[in-house]
Amino acid sequence: MSAESSYYIPHEAKWPIVGSIALFLFFLGFGSVLNGGNWIIMAVGGALLVYMMFRWFADVINESENGIYSKQVDVSFRMAMMWFIFSEVMFFGAFFGALFYARIFSGPWLSGLGEGGAAATNAVLWQGFDYVWPTNGPGELGGNFLKMGWFPLPIINTLILLTSGVTCTIAHHAIKDGDRKKMVRWLLATVALGFLFVVLQAVEYKEAYAHLNLKLSTGIYGSTFFLLTGFHGFHVTMGAVILLVVMLRGTRSHFSSTNHFAFEAAAWYWHFVDVVWLGLFIFVYIL
Amino acid sequence: MSTATAEHHDHDDHGPAKGWTRWLYTTNHKDIGTLYLLFALVMFFIGGGMALIIRAELFQPGLQLVDPLFFNSMTTMHALVMIFGVVMPAFVGLANWMIPMMIGGPDMALPRLNNWSFWIMPFAFLLLLSTLFMEGGGPAGGWTLYAPLSLQGGDSFAFVIFSIHFMGISSVMGSINIVATIFNMRAPGMTLMKMPLFVWTWLITAYLLIAVIPVLAGAVTMLLTDRYFGTSFFSAAGGGDPVMYQHIFWFFGHPEVYILILPAFGIISSIIPTFARKPLFGYASMVYATASIAFLSFIVWAHHMFTVGMPLAGEMFFMFATMMISVPTGVKVFNWIATMWRGSMTFETPMLFAVGFLVMFTIGGLSGLMLAITPADIQYHDTYFVVAHFHYVLVPGAIYSIMAATYYWMPKWTGNMYDEKWGKIHFWVSTIFLNVLFFPMHFVGLAGMPRRIPDYSLQFADWNAVATIGAFGFGFSQLIFVYVVLKCMRGGEKATTEVWEGAEGLEWTVPSPAPYHTFEKPPVIN
Repeated sequence: MSAESSYYIPHEAKWPIVGSIALFLFFLGFGSVLNGGNWIIMAVGGALLVYMMFRWFADVINESENGIYSKQVDVSFRMAMMWFIFSEVMFFGAFFGALFYARIFSGPWLSGLGEGGAAATNAVLWQGFDYVWPTNGPGELGGNFLKMGWFPLPIINTLILLTSGVTCTIAHHAIKDGDRKKMVRWLLATVALGFLFVVLQAVEYKEAYAHLNLKLSTGIYGSTFFLLTGFHGFHVTMGAVILLVVMLRGTRSHFSSTNHFAFEAAAWYWHFVDVVWLGLFIFVYIL
Repeated sequence: MSTATAEHHDHDDHGPAKGWTRWLYTTNHKDIGTLYLLFALVMFFIGGGMALIIRAELFQPGLQLVDPLFFNSMTTMHALVMIFGVVMPAFVGLANWMIPMMIGGPDMALPRLNNWSFWIMPFAFLLLLSTLFMEGGGPAGGWTLYAPLSLQGGDSFAFVIFSIHFMGISSVMGSINIVATIFNMRAPGMTLMKMPLFVWTWLITAYLLIAVIPVLAGAVTMLLTDRYFGTSFFSAAGGGDPVMYQHIFWFFGHPEVYILILPAFGIISSIIPTFARKPLFGYASMVYATASIAFLSFIVWAHHMFTVGMPLAGEMFFMFATMMISVPTGVKVFNWIATMWRGSMTFETPMLFAVGFLVMFTIGGLSGLMLAITPADIQYHDTYFVVAHFHYVLVPGAIYSIMAATYYWMPKWTGNMYDEKWGKIHFWVSTIFLNVLFFPMHFVGLAGMPRRIPDYSLQFADWNAVATIGAFGFGFSQLIFVYVVLKCMRGGEKATTEVWEGAEGLEWTVPSPAPYHTFEKPPVIN
């Protein structure tokens, strides 16, 4: 194959346009659902999106396994993954920013602390409101609630994710040594820990709704708690699915000690969700 | 693309695919660049039509043509279309066409992703524009979608939010592609400090996009959950704060302003040396100035919010940080002037647009400096003075740079020279009407006319009538641009390889029109 000497450019790509139509249907359908419509368009769009990704990735995997890609393509993929993760960092940054802003600025201002109009705002609009985090605001939206503590489920989940980071690294060393079977075994452990995390997170949500009266509508505390942990949980799910795909490819004799970028990309992503969780654990659960 | 063997890279097969599906499936950076540019041109007329509805209503005081809700949705949509549908795609189109050629690469780094980045755009705008026909109308709370006002609109709100997510996906993928291309596809010997400034400015712009588009996505996601899922991020009753939305939005919004202008700086830095027949003055300082602007753009966002209520220390910090931006921007303006100094200048259409950019962008920059001063801004805030300011930086700034780039590189794209006479007419007619349109907005703004209101006090009537005349003149004179572009695409005097006498850069070493695949083998760079 002449791929070594020149850059590989795929001649045509049918999946992107399918992806655009899928996303269009998904968003259109989701918007309709939010306005009281049915789920059909959204489901069709979502299914088409999954199908598109399956086929697109299959093409890329085939090309990779057939040795078409050069070193340069590999570097492009690496850069793309790194910058994608950076964009995800900024996405979480927006939600962390909301949490910090609410805790450091909004709360004290509503209770009349700070310069400018804060005292008047408090006196005229929210007289008697004292700010203590966690809060559901001066309107006490959602009624009385209890804080989600860091013990026992969140600390267990922290240990689960940290352990999964270790198992993932063991799997990485295994493939670097060319031991594909060992890689698959340790990836299986990683994926299992990932899904266990998601299940425990669901249990925690159930606990919050059933016993703590802590809901998405519980003021700013409920909003930040569920949005941050929810988006993180979604990312863990995605990461676990990606690792699962990598594991299944491992059982089909993909990857070698030198060529296993898909594994590395998945691992980077996994460590990224891990680090986000540590931030969450500290700022959402402990402090 | 079913099997790997079918994709065996055959070096003799270089032409574009046959049939209309070529455009749907293409992975060629030139095809995709063309698609982006044509999309931007179509959206330019849609957004422009909205502007003309706004100006027609404002021709006289009182309510004549449209009801206020529709007027508001026109101001909202005009901004969204022009920012996300015209300027950004046009710059991405130029990046697609020029960056691989400028750095001596074969194509973009991720060609299939490139196709997806483009083909999201028509669907995203289909979703956005369709909201105008939904019950309750399109979004009418301003393009910034400030809570709580934006949350009180019609059912179309969800679709607006999703269309922003949708274009955000396109922007982030496109930017990742550009960064990977610039870092990974350069020909051997094309060191970073040899790259043309258009490549440099796009590298920094792409970084800004990857950094802030996700923040916008986060902000509008919180709007969505506030509206539909009962959260209270932006509701004081729940312990949130509507001002928090503004902070998060403008943390995206201010770097976005530089996303809309940094590639323009790169274009102007390419054109002025060519027609002054001198190398760019202060290349390294241009690179550092661009990087400084990008850094500063992250710490000035609250100057959009001086009147919203902020601690005094915050107002002071954001005022001084904002004024600091005029230093690197000034470096650029002086470098361009110094490039022209004692050059043997000629004024073909691209140069006319570049000089027009330089003069009128500076006017917009100076009014920006006025707006940066907190105590003064309390007077100017939300008046037509602000409208005049950002239209001076965006129309004779961003839009003029795109037109200059089109005239400058079109002979390379099509192989034909454009019609110089009509190009010059386009410039002069546009420039005259543009100033008739936007300059009076300074006067009515300083006199206190508020923006985004369909009616106004009688004292503002004369200048509004003048501005509306300018608007229609400017809008219709853009048809000349379409005429020149179409004529050039169909034929004309054949362009030489170098096209312009004083032009430097790899793109001028390949034939005109540039072959479908350029630089299969890396060029030699001295």
